[in-house]
Amino acid sequence: MRRLVFAFVALLLCTAPIAAQDVTAPNEAEIDGRTETISKTLRCVVCQNQSIYDSNAPLAEDMRKLVKKRVEAGDSDDQVREYLRDRYGDYVLMSPPLQTNTILLWAGPAILILLGGFWFLLRLRGQPAAQKVDLTDEERARIATALNDKGGST
Amino acid sequence: MTWSRLAPVGVFFVLIVFLAIGLTRDPSVIPTEMIDREMPSFELTELRDESVLLSNQDLVGQVTLVNVFGSWCVACLQEHPTLMDLSRDGTVKIVGVNWRDDRQDALDWLTKHGDPYDAIVFDAESDLVIEIGVTGAPETFVLDASGRIRFKQIGPITPDVWRKVIRPVIDAIEQEATSAS
Repeated sequence: MRRLVFAFVALLLCTAPIAAQDVTAPNEAEIDGRTETISKTLRCVVCQNQSIYDSNAPLAEDMRKLVKKRVEAGDSDDQVREYLRDRYGDYVLMSPPLQTNTILLWAGPAILILLGGFWFLLRLRGQPAAQKVDLTDEERARIATALNDKGGST
Repeated sequence: MTWSRLAPVGVFFVLIVFLAIGLTRDPSVIPTEMIDREMPSFELTELRDESVLLSNQDLVGQVTLVNVFGSWCVACLQEHPTLMDLSRDGTVKIVGVNWRDDRQDALDWLTKHGDPYDAIVFDAESDLVIEIGVTGAPETFVLDASGRIRFKQIGPITPDVWRKVIRPVIDAIEQEATSAS
């Protein structure tokens, strides 16, 4: 019995800090981690081909700060992205969302591969007819007589 | 058989046309999302007097140009004479947004080149600038009397841009206001 109580108390002691950690929401490491992942999906609006995570532009730096502030305020990853998209448009997202004006962009490579494959098959099918067949002298002679016969009968 | 031989050339040509169209666009000009939206609420200090707070309420009441500038911004010098002219003639209310600047640098810059602004919002950490989707300086917003954003100019306001682009926008807003009342 004593051992059981001891075990129970020990269990309580080791769960207490874990529970405390959950309650204090602003976990610095977690916030930094999420800020990093979100920043990597947002495009720097001054440098065009970098995420705000990679960019040294002053505006990108301030955007990273903003992302961190939003995360600390309890926004989800998508809410943070939506916040900036609302102000800068789709441009600010590193990967363009699938919607009517980007459908060609997303489907383009697949369409090209399909078209290419279709074309390739067509060519492949046409190929045997165009292949050169070597005839023996005997075969040539038979064709010649056959053509002559045909020419004679008409 | 010939058509299938030419098919890839055709596809390639279509691709070239699309890419060519893409080349005519300026990738640094990002279309703004802010048109016809209310100026977002903000509260920042006035550049020339730290104790004065400016808010979006200060941009309501008349047609206003909101001009984003900084002493570090080279292209801003290009539009500065135009802004000085507008302010001298009292054509329109001009509010500056001093972006990512040092207070003293900005004040020195204004002493050197002249100060065309009726009020200047000091935005050192891009608080307001990100709220209104600014991508660079100079950028200028045209606000109507109710404080709604009606137009955004990316790049300097040269006399030509003023005459051909911004003046007509302001005229249209004012005409709209008089016909409504």
